[in-house]
Amino acid sequence: MGGYDKDYQVIVVGAGHAGCEAALASARMGCSTLLLTIGLDTVAQMSCNPSIGGLAKGHLVHEIDALGGEMGLNIDATGIQFRRLNTRKGPAVRAARAQADRMAYSARMKNVIEAEPLLDLKQGLVEELLVEKGRIVGVKIREGLAFYGKTVVLTTGTFMRGLIHVGLNHFAGGRAGEPSAEGISGSLSALGLRVGRLKTGTPARLSARSIDFSKLEKQPGDKLIKPFSFMTEKITRKQVDCYIAETNEMTHQIIRNNLNKSPLFAGVIEGIGPRYCPSIEDKVVRFPDKKSHQSFLEPEGIVGSEMYPSGLSTSLPPDVQLAYFRSMVGFERVEIMRPGYAIEYDFVEPLQLKATLETRVVAGLFHAGQINGTSGYEEAAGQGILAGINAARQCQDREPVIIGRDEGYLGVMVDDLITQPTTDPYRMFTSRSEYRLLLREDNADQRLTELGREVGLVSDVRWKMFQEKQEQVDAATQILKTKSVTSADRTAVNLLNLGELKSGLSLESLLRRPELSLKQLEDICPELGAFSPQALEQVEIAVKYEGYIKRQLEQVERYRLQEDINMPGDIDYDEIPSLSTEVREKLKKTLPISLGQAGRIQGVTPAAIAVIQIYLRKKHHV
Amino acid sequence: MPLVVPMNTVDTIIAPATPPGEGGVAIVRISGADALSALLCYFTPTTTVLPLESHRLYYGLLRDPSGCVIDEVMAVHMLAPHTYTREDVVEIQCHGGHQVVKSILDLYRAYGLRLAGPGEFTFRAYMNGRLDLSQAEAVASLIHSKTDSSRRLALAQIDGALSREIYSFTAILKQVLILVEAWIDFPEEDLPAEDVEEISTSITQAISKIQIITGSYGFGRVLTEGASILLIGQPNAGKSSLLNALLGEERAIVTAIPGTTRDLLEEGLVINGVPVRLIDTAGLCESVDPVEVEGIRRAEKSLSQTDLVLWVVDANRESTAGDDYIYSRLSSLPTFQVFTKIDICGDPDSSNPGNFPQYRVSSKTGDGLEGLRDAISDFLVGGGGALTESVMLTEQRHYEALLLCLGSLERASGSLAVDASLEFLALDLREALGSLGQISGETVTEDILDGIFSGFCIGK
Ligand SMILES: Cc1cc2nc3c(=O)[nH]c(=O)nc-3n(C[C@H](O)[C@H](O)[C@H](O)COP(=O)(O)OP(=O)(O)OC[C@H]3O[C@@H](n4cnc5c(N)ncnc54)[C@H](O)[C@@H]3O)c2cc1C
Ligand SMILES: Nc1nc2c(ncn2[C@@H]2O[C@H](COP(=O)(O)OP(=O)(O)OP(=O)(O)O)[C@@H](O)[C@H]2O)c(=O)[nH]1
Ligand SMILES: [Mg+2]
Repeated sequence: MGGYDKDYQVIVVGAGHAGCEAALASARMGCSTLLLTIGLDTVAQMSCNPSIGGLAKGHLVHEIDALGGEMGLNIDATGIQFRRLNTRKGPAVRAARAQADRMAYSARMKNVIEAEPLLDLKQGLVEELLVEKGRIVGVKIREGLAFYGKTVVLTTGTFMRGLIHVGLNHFAGGRAGEPSAEGISGSLSALGLRVGRLKTGTPARLSARSIDFSKLEKQPGDKLIKPFSFMTEKITRKQVDCYIAETNEMTHQIIRNNLNKSPLFAGVIEGIGPRYCPSIEDKVVRFPDKKSHQSFLEPEGIVGSEMYPSGLSTSLPPDVQLAYFRSMVGFERVEIMRPGYAIEYDFVEPLQLKATLETRVVAGLFHAGQINGTSGYEEAAGQGILAGINAARQCQDREPVIIGRDEGYLGVMVDDLITQPTTDPYRMFTSRSEYRLLLREDNADQRLTELGREVGLVSDVRWKMFQEKQEQVDAATQILKTKSVTSADRTAVNLLNLGELKSGLSLESLLRRPELSLKQLEDICPELGAFSPQALEQVEIAVKYEGYIKRQLEQVERYRLQEDINMPGDIDYDEIPSLSTEVREKLKKTLPISLGQAGRIQGVTPAAIAVIQIYLRKKHHV
Repeated sequence: MPLVVPMNTVDTIIAPATPPGEGGVAIVRISGADALSALLCYFTPTTTVLPLESHRLYYGLLRDPSGCVIDEVMAVHMLAPHTYTREDVVEIQCHGGHQVVKSILDLYRAYGLRLAGPGEFTFRAYMNGRLDLSQAEAVASLIHSKTDSSRRLALAQIDGALSREIYSFTAILKQVLILVEAWIDFPEEDLPAEDVEEISTSITQAISKIQIITGSYGFGRVLTEGASILLIGQPNAGKSSLLNALLGEERAIVTAIPGTTRDLLEEGLVINGVPVRLIDTAGLCESVDPVEVEGIRRAEKSLSQTDLVLWVVDANRESTAGDDYIYSRLSSLPTFQVFTKIDICGDPDSSNPGNFPQYRVSSKTGDGLEGLRDAISDFLVGGGGALTESVMLTEQRHYEALLLCLGSLERASGSLAVDASLEFLALDLREALGSLGQISGETVTEDILDGIFSGFCIGK
């Protein structure tokens, strides 16, 4: 076997959404990095929906961006329709969403990677992991070449033993038209990692030319676009419309008549699919009373004809797919360009990971993305950047970076993955966070940019902009606290419709009134006009939602009581008196890093936590 | 969900330190930095002036914020580190009735202390280095066994009907939260329209169900504010005398002249451990005297807000003509009919149109007062009976959890009323369910997600 003559610090396997962020992070942090992937033409390929963001996912993108990641910038540069969701709800649950020009998204990411000085992008299908004495030393590709590195980040997506189902036909493949990776999961099992099986699916892509758009409802994007990235000033790409199509009784009847041809219902598929993303045949069977299902019809790019019909993923045979599409209004003469399909793939149980995303079994081996049983580009990218950071930190002999549940959805996700058993592909929802009101898109920079700076991912330009924003927030807050309005200020009183004022009121207390906005205060206090809208937004939220924010901060304080008690790495659970065998086994399996995390493991009781706390005091004087 | 406060050594905790046998002495223990200020907030020593000396026992009265005496107690405060927990500790020795102990716990819960977890004093003692290392195992198993036994008892305590109730409103609230979370996280799916009206109804429904339960536990408002008991009757029936007799001191003016009492007179006292507010009123009759008319108006006004009416009837009255007038005012209010002055005559006309419980007393000799007292406390707290320490503890926990739940739901109602965005409502609903989870042991997040995906067709 030949060995490549360059030793890397970080080798990333797979240039999907996780792999790209991981490789960029480690290279930007100064580590010589190799990014190996099966096909160089599918870097950051969107396997399914050509869109980024949405509730909780948009939050993740903002956090990745705040840390100095690429996803936010990439979608800002290639988005062709932006829509902010929940604009009528409060700030914590507003989220950005954008349709991407799929090819442009992939091309730009590839360019960014190619331009990164310490990063080598190479084509190669990894077949085997090279491990010596419990530590990863490199990987071997199909062509027989070995690459050596201090750490390896595995981000194989849906490719490990990928099996594609279309009707009752199935064949190996990692994504339509791409080969599967057959070797690695065997390699992982042999190392002692538990491998399981999951399933997902995608709808057919339709030819725009064959659709009668005049019969469909048009759905335009936002006029005023708020970009994902802190660094993006303006979206410049041409914007397009989406459309809304609907299934009908006829569609459902066709599907029902053909259920025997669905591998899902025929019992051919063993992997568990995502609850939040059922196939259309699933929906029709489980919700028989629903007369019609909605589908957003999304263009996959500015040029090109492929349209993505959301909500209609399927594993029925192509002829049935065509028949049910053609039963829908506007699709009477539709042509399918790529049939929809389901795919089963191997994942590695994430309970075997540390909070750094390093596996417990093999030192230096990190897992990120779909391989951890998650689903979604944003989830993958989020783990990617964390794994990349931690692999690099390990090479640099620096403390690992772990984000708390109170600091970001990134922290919620990793903590969930390593403490809760995977029952179906994991997707982020805002309801997974206990501290939702604190984890907003608008304050992602305040939560994470300092950390990004510390690890070396935040550029000088971004850092300066961030600091300026913070200064503005402080200054504007000061003005609100010190400036006040009295009855004597007739113009102010009239402008704001204040009526009689008994005593002077600070601008801050005026802003607390639900009917007054900061915009209105600018009218009577022109100084405020000097601040950036982003800074003012923070000030306004802090004042308007002060009570709720305070409550959440109190909850965080309680959470921190146990979260800040570290569990020493060498703790011997057999030595702790009166723990039940079940609890002992669970703790040994998970090896929590903090007392708080121990408490979130299913079956670990508060009494067990108290006992451990006493033991720690005795042994380690915590 | 870390809504439950974990065992720690930061905040100040309180719990009974003895099993409160009826009639004996009970000790309530407080440990933590706020122990002394908590004591001084409600305790007034009868003899000595402040400051209290450490490790010395003082006799005095414990009063609630409104000044009502909860109990006469002996209290000691002990400064760290020479205490069991090595923190500042206060011990209050009070009368052993479980109602008294509950009132004290309630008082301090409202003050901001936390009810200690099982074994938490010992836990602190250990964490603060008070116990020697070899005792660690013993402490560990103590915490275990205490937690387990109290959990067992807790389950036994929730009898079928009650646990069904708790599950039923847990289910209502979960359903609401499922909707709310679906609306938040899936704005692009075609979900049922955001119907705040319906949610509001569900929450109101849950609030009243929980109120019924907290009410049936017998404390609630009764223990925090004192139950109000209104003395109503014809002029000269003996209302003021009965108030004095129950109080054990001469508070109200008593004369042989009808119409002596002209305004409401309120006095706080503790009846068998239950704090109550006795309210004497002007005799009810058709009067023309403007002062008396105003007094009567006030008496009638307070009727609607009272927990219990004592309808005082002179057992020696000549005619029953005035009775109908009073009866018409009482209609369906909770009422005891109390015949007074039985030392003079024995045989009252005891026609009983409202089917009220009847009692016969003499304020002069004290005959029948004991029975009346028992009946009053029984009525207000619903039986009670002898309870063991653990049951009481868990019961207090349930009560506390339900109160927290109520608080959260009331805030949720408030959010709805001002049209706040749904995530704020969700915060309160989660807290409410978290509190219920302390009783039922259920957790929220996964259930809610399951509920969303099984209830609604979601998936783009
Ligand atoms: C059919 C289908 C439907 C999906 N539907 C949805 C959906 O509805 N909603 C949703 O949120 N997500 C969906 N996804 C998932 C989404 O695409 C992934 O979650 C996301 O892309 C995962 O990112 P990743 O970086 O982990 O993996 P991927 O994006 O899959 O990238 C993996 C990369 O690794 C490379 N690779 C794999 N093995 C090797 C190897 N041995 N050697 C070298 N390179 C290798 C591949 O070439 C690929 O570039 C779907 C995916 C598929 C395939
Ligand atoms: N023997 C005897 N006399 C009583 C008793 N209770 C009250 N009396 C007398 O009855 C008279 C009226 O008593 P009050 O207590 O003032 O009656 P009241 O209902 O408050 O009257 P008003 O305030 O005028 O409405 C007084 O002379 C009391 O001494 C009793 O139990 N036994
Ligand atoms: Mg009187």
